[in-house]
Amino acid sequence: MVKMNRNIFISAAILGVFGILGSALVAVTWNATAERIALNQQQAFLRNVFKLIKRDEIDNEPLKDVISIHAPALAKNGVRVYRARRQGQPVAVIFSPIQAPGYASPITMMVAVRADGVLGGVRVLSHLETPGLGDKIEESRSDWILGFEGKSLQNPPPEKWKVRKDGGVFDQFTGATITPRSIVATVKKTLEYFEKEKERLFKQPTEPTTEAPFH
Amino acid sequence: MSMSYPEIVKNGLWNNNQALVALLGLCPLLAVSNTLVNGLGLGLATTLVLILSNGTISFIRNWVRQEVRLPVFVLVIASFVTAVELAMNAWFHDLHKILGIFIPLIVTNCTIVGRAEAFASRNPVPQSMIDGLSMGAGFTLVLMTLGGLREFIGQGTILSGIHLMFGEAAMSLSFSMGDDFHGLILAILPPGAFFGLGLLIALKQIIDKRNAQRAAATDSQPASEPATAEG
Repeated sequence: MVKMNRNIFISAAILGVFGILGSALVAVTWNATAERIALNQQQAFLRNVFKLIKRDEIDNEPLKDVISIHAPALAKNGVRVYRARRQGQPVAVIFSPIQAPGYASPITMMVAVRADGVLGGVRVLSHLETPGLGDKIEESRSDWILGFEGKSLQNPPPEKWKVRKDGGVFDQFTGATITPRSIVATVKKTLEYFEKEKERLFKQPTEPTTEAPFH
Repeated sequence: MSMSYPEIVKNGLWNNNQALVALLGLCPLLAVSNTLVNGLGLGLATTLVLILSNGTISFIRNWVRQEVRLPVFVLVIASFVTAVELAMNAWFHDLHKILGIFIPLIVTNCTIVGRAEAFASRNPVPQSMIDGLSMGAGFTLVLMTLGGLREFIGQGTILSGIHLMFGEAAMSLSFSMGDDFHGLILAILPPGAFFGLGLLIALKQIIDKRNAQRAAATDSQPASEPATAEG
């Protein structure tokens, strides 16, 4: 009995020691990489932002001028709104992440709207659409997503904010209508939200945040 | 008892190839082999983890008691995988984004705990690390072959996305059939991975059979050509 207890104790001690060593390894690596990872995420995010709003158009740091909104029509969880300004004047807002209901699962996007309600552009951040069909929404696979730049609720008029198949002006893809249809509808909803809330979106004071805002 | 280095290497790359013979690690193998570069990325990460875990487990093999060895192996492997994942996130951020969940899932790749149990816990450190390297290289080569095949048939490119690993300068290495290429989408979809792996396994069987027949043929007439027994 005593011997058995001793054996259990030794085994537990061995396991415990390796638990500590393993956690130590992870902790040290985390310490060495955390800063770099955060920087990578920021840069990847900003690279996308500056494709939609030119860097020299603005003089503030959108990453530090941000609020959270709750808009169930645009995304299941909260959406962040990054404000781009020049000499304090509103230039544009970037909504991210916006979620469009995709064919397989939600499509995560970034939508930039200029202060006058014209789209700075849209980019897909992540999706699980069918390779070869629905994935033409990626910037690297086709120019389709670039077609949103310069559009607004007046151009085309609201009833034309549809894919061609439904009588609108936006192209669909052969073999994949659901994906573009969903993105067009969600971008339109984003513009409508902006139209309704733009005063507040630019005025609301920045919320200091500690959580990682990037997607 | 312990194997020679050439034997270990040959085992890892061919005779006991983890993907083609042992059929271990199928989940990452099938999921990430949609392009050559993805295959290479995951293969290298897996190889690194295999070398580190095999080395460590061999080093501690005389201290860890039989009854707790599996939990200890899993702890060691999980720690290394987490460390490798963080390092990739820091230094290969874009590739890390593409491989996503499959890097942490290296923990569940049976090849790793399999080699820990079958080899590293019974052999000295240098042999174990070479075993990790060879097994990892064998796995990586299959991943790359399958990835290259699927990528070419499915979207008409080779080495697309190479800049994610080696920077913009490597962009010129990638090859594309052009935008008009209408690939067989099936190759990119999950079934394509199964077909591709099946074909590779069949190919290996054919080669092995040929070699065995040739060996048998030379064995049957040893008197006439004794020199061929060498090498």
